[in-house]
Formats: sequence, structure tokens, C-alpha cells
Amino acid sequence: MPTLTRWYLKSALVWLAAAGIVGAAAALSPLLRLPPVLTALRPVYVHVLMVGWVTQLIFGIAHWMFPKPDAARAERGERLGWLTWLTVNAGLALRVVAEPVAAGHPGGAAAWFLALSAVLQLLAGWLFVAATWPRVRSR
Amino acid sequence: MPRQSVWFVRTALLYLGVGFTFGALILWQKGTGMLPLAWLLLPAHMEIVLLGWTLQLAMGVAYWILPRLQVDGRSTRGRQRAVWWSYALLNAGILVVVVAGMRTTSPVQAPAVALGRLAEAVAVALFAWHAWPRVKPAGAGRR
Repeated sequence: MPTLTRWYLKSALVWLAAAGIVGAAAALSPLLRLPPVLTALRPVYVHVLMVGWVTQLIFGIAHWMFPKPDAARAERGERLGWLTWLTVNAGLALRVVAEPVAAGHPGGAAAWFLALSAVLQLLAGWLFVAATWPRVRSR
Repeated sequence: MPRQSVWFVRTALLYLGVGFTFGALILWQKGTGMLPLAWLLLPAHMEIVLLGWTLQLAMGVAYWILPRLQVDGRSTRGRQRAVWWSYALLNAGILVVVVAGMRTTSPVQAPAVALGRLAEAVAVALFAWHAWPRVKPAGAGRR
């Protein structure tokens, strides 16, 4: 298994565990009268599960299993792959922290971290497309 | 990778890019409040990432890697015409649901969404019909 795939898969597993915790915190919030800011965790939970776990698992397996690119494109694909890993994880982590804070303090610095998280995840999506597109081909 | 899978997976990649773009616009609005119209993209964002990206990628990869059938001594991926129809109907359905989902005040929104969902349902049924005989133990070749 390539190194990048291992990083994707292990990060995906960490996000899966995090999704369990975030989901439980969001569900327990009204029952245990936890701070209301935790209700902002509901969309965070969905994205930790779908982006952190599902999408990142797909990214990792695709990097491993899709037809290998020619040598010239392989190095470029590897670089784009690492950039994808970095931006998707940084973007999601930023969202997890910034979204509940921004919900509690609208207009503060956290709101701009949320915007930065949007840019990072947008980059991650298109970087993965650029890295993977040449590998999706007929024999 | 067979041609059908190339079409499924490349289309899924395009939906991934578009879905993440819509999601980023919504998240930007959530933070800054500068793009109030971005909320109109929420149903399209969900449809695109769940069906356009995740489901379509799974279908493309499944068509590629499921065990092949042996028919008259020939190796085949089975009902290929059904798979092409599945591809066409899935994407037509997604586009109809996405466009209709943004036209919240239109009287044709509900019937259009229903029509799109119907196309998606037929698409996945056709795909399942193709895939069913390919889900078999190793070495069990004959249909």
C-alpha cells in the first residue's frame, strides 16, 4: 500500500472516531443541557463523516487502485495527492473548531477561519480531480 | 478500466469538483454572510455529493471490478446496455433534481423533482439488474 494511501486511510479512521464523538455530543447536548453552541455540531458531524471518513477513504483507495499513470505524470500526481491530503484535513479540522465558535460569536475571527476552511476544502476537491483524472482511462 | 467505468468515474469526479464548490460557497456564506443566495445551493450540494459523486463512483468502480461472467466460453461484464441506460438515467435524474431544487417558487418544482427521482430509481434498478449475476463466489463462472 503506498505511503499516501496509508496517510489517507489512517486519517479517515481518525475522522470516523471523531464523527462518533461529535455525533454523540450533538445528540446529548439538549438532554444534558450542554452549552447551546454544541447544536452547531450537527452539520460538523455530517461533514466529519462524509468528508473526513467516506471521501478520504475513497481518495486513499483510488490513489492505490486506479490504473497507474505514466512515469511523467506519476510524480505530479503524487505531489497533487499530498496537497489534497493536506488541504482536505486542514480545511475540515478548521471547520470543526471554527463552526461552533462562529455560531456562538457571529462576525468574529472564527467566521473568517470558516471561510478559510471553505477555500481549503474547495482546493482539496479540485486537486483530487486534477490528480485522478489522467488515471481514469481505458486500456 | 472499461469504457463505461471511465464515463461513470470521470462524471463522478466532475460532480465532486462542483459539489465541493457549492459546499465551499455555502460555508463561506455561513462564515461571512456575504453570499446569502448560496443557501439556494444546499439541496443541489447534497444531491451532487451523495448521488453524483459517491453513488456514481461506486457504480463505476463496481462495473470495473466485479467478477466477470463466462458466457459461451467468453468473458463478459454482462448486461452492458442496461449499464449505459443506467448511466444516462442517473445523470439525467440528478440534473433534473438539481435544477428543480433551485427553483423554489416554481409550480413545476415538485413534479420535476419526482420525475428526476424516478429516473434515478430506474437507473439504480438497472444497475442492480446488471450487477446481480456478477456477485458470485470465485470460480462460479456460468450464468
